[in-house]
Amino acid sequence: MIEWIVEPLRYDFFVRALAEIAIVGVLCGLVGCFVVLRGLAFIGDALAHAVFPGVVLSYIAGQSVMIGAFVFGGLTALAVGAISRSRRVSEDTAIGVIFAAFFALGVAIISRHAGVKRDLGSLLFGSILGVSQADLIATAAIGIVVLTVMFVLLKELKLVAFDSMLAQSLGYPVFRLDLVLLLLISATIVASLQTVGNILILALVVTPPATARLLTDRLDHMLAYSGLIGITSGVGGLYLSYHLNTAAGATIVLWSTACFLLALVFAPTHGLLATRRHAARGEHHEHHFHADSEPRTPS
Amino acid sequence: MNANTRPAAGPLEARGLEAGYGATPVFSDVSLRVGPGQVAGLIGPNGAGKSTLLKAIAGVLSLRSGSVTLGGSALRPSDGRLAFVPQREEVKWDFPVTAQDVVLMGRTRKIGWLRGPGDHDRAVAAAALDRFGLGGQGGRHISQFSGGQQQRIFFARALAQEPSVILLDEVFTGVDAVNRALFREAIRDFAAAGVIVLLATHDFDEMHAVCDTVGFIDHGLVAYGPVATTFTAERLRETFGGQVAVIS
Repeated sequence: MIEWIVEPLRYDFFVRALAEIAIVGVLCGLVGCFVVLRGLAFIGDALAHAVFPGVVLSYIAGQSVMIGAFVFGGLTALAVGAISRSRRVSEDTAIGVIFAAFFALGVAIISRHAGVKRDLGSLLFGSILGVSQADLIATAAIGIVVLTVMFVLLKELKLVAFDSMLAQSLGYPVFRLDLVLLLLISATIVASLQTVGNILILALVVTPPATARLLTDRLDHMLAYSGLIGITSGVGGLYLSYHLNTAAGATIVLWSTACFLLALVFAPTHGLLATRRHAARGEHHEHHFHADSEPRTPS
Repeated sequence: MNANTRPAAGPLEARGLEAGYGATPVFSDVSLRVGPGQVAGLIGPNGAGKSTLLKAIAGVLSLRSGSVTLGGSALRPSDGRLAFVPQREEVKWDFPVTAQDVVLMGRTRKIGWLRGPGDHDRAVAAAALDRFGLGGQGGRHISQFSGGQQQRIFFARALAQEPSVILLDEVFTGVDAVNRALFREAIRDFAAAGVIVLLATHDFDEMHAVCDTVGFIDHGLVAYGPVATTFTAERLRETFGGQVAVIS
């Protein structure tokens, strides 16, 4: 067992990959809580696809893929924000149009560069074992900025997520707070892109928070669990991929999906087994379907 | 309740309000005046603009024209003088927060940026839940409460906002007799403390039970005045277009 853990650490590339996925696991796990609670999974996926031309252009220019992704991620976040304000086209339709167009742009650029075509796989699915020292520092720096902003605005982001009308009636700039959240999600995706790539990144952002939500009814606990699940899925998946000789990104995603399925079945109150047990005992978990009862005073 | 509310410094005055969502306004040219300690009921058919009017006054929806003042100065959402109780369906009850969290959200502005709630905020929230018969239950997840209890959490949140004006959107819809009595009493207590209450409802019973004045809303303010003289059978037939059988 110890050998299983220690053996890969002989390689610098593995240690760098481990550090990268640990940072990304926590970052995606925490920011992803808001993606899940706000129902932004589609926007998250759209952002991940829309940064693709940025990735390709950076690659052609021989730069870190994060630079191009950052530009296109910011552009997309702003475009999505602006579209959600106007009511000409429904929001998900507009997002669909934008992300497919950007992704197509990326594919068109690739088709003109024979050299890039060879590396299409690593561009689309990440190359965590190829993470450089500079990539690692950039990921850590973006992560620190994103998490600082998120925790500074946590009370307000929570308020807007639960009841945006209350936020508006209290005079909060709800549109600007939404834009900040979109930019945080965008930055998270950009910083994490190299680990699993455009197509699979959504799994790191959505699956750990979805798992955490099954385990608790408190937002602060959900954040903690989600971060923990993110980091363990990342590290566990990376080790597994090394020993099984499978693609790292895909193995990480599958590990995290396995956690989700376990929680779905075995979670203490929200799991399938617990729900079935309650039903067998004639209790309903969804108490709000009960008829109104007498006001309960503390006994 | 007095400890938690502030009497309105003067009347709430709306002048020439117009608001809406699409190209055409939902209502226009609404002007009304509600004095401190008064309860104004807004009644009208579905889609006539009751909720929209409340949202426009609350600052949830921006006004296309007109102004709202309280005691002579412009009523702004950020000045903390107003509490808005939305319809229960407007929030996600599976959100991972407790009843206390929801009540504390009403104090977000008072707590301010970069800070968490302090002991005083928690004490106010606990007292507000207690006032609505949910004392000691602040730690329960919001989905574990019945519909009527969820509405009480919203009332408690409004109380914790320590408002001078409170806007209630269809708070009596789908509520049983016990909760109805509780909410009527709360509205009377708010008024007794000098708070201005605006209540949108399609429930005629509440007009006589709690309201001092009544406004008929039908894409505008059709009539406005004391309940005793304004809430008449003819007016009801006019506003609801003959869909109402009035039994006196």
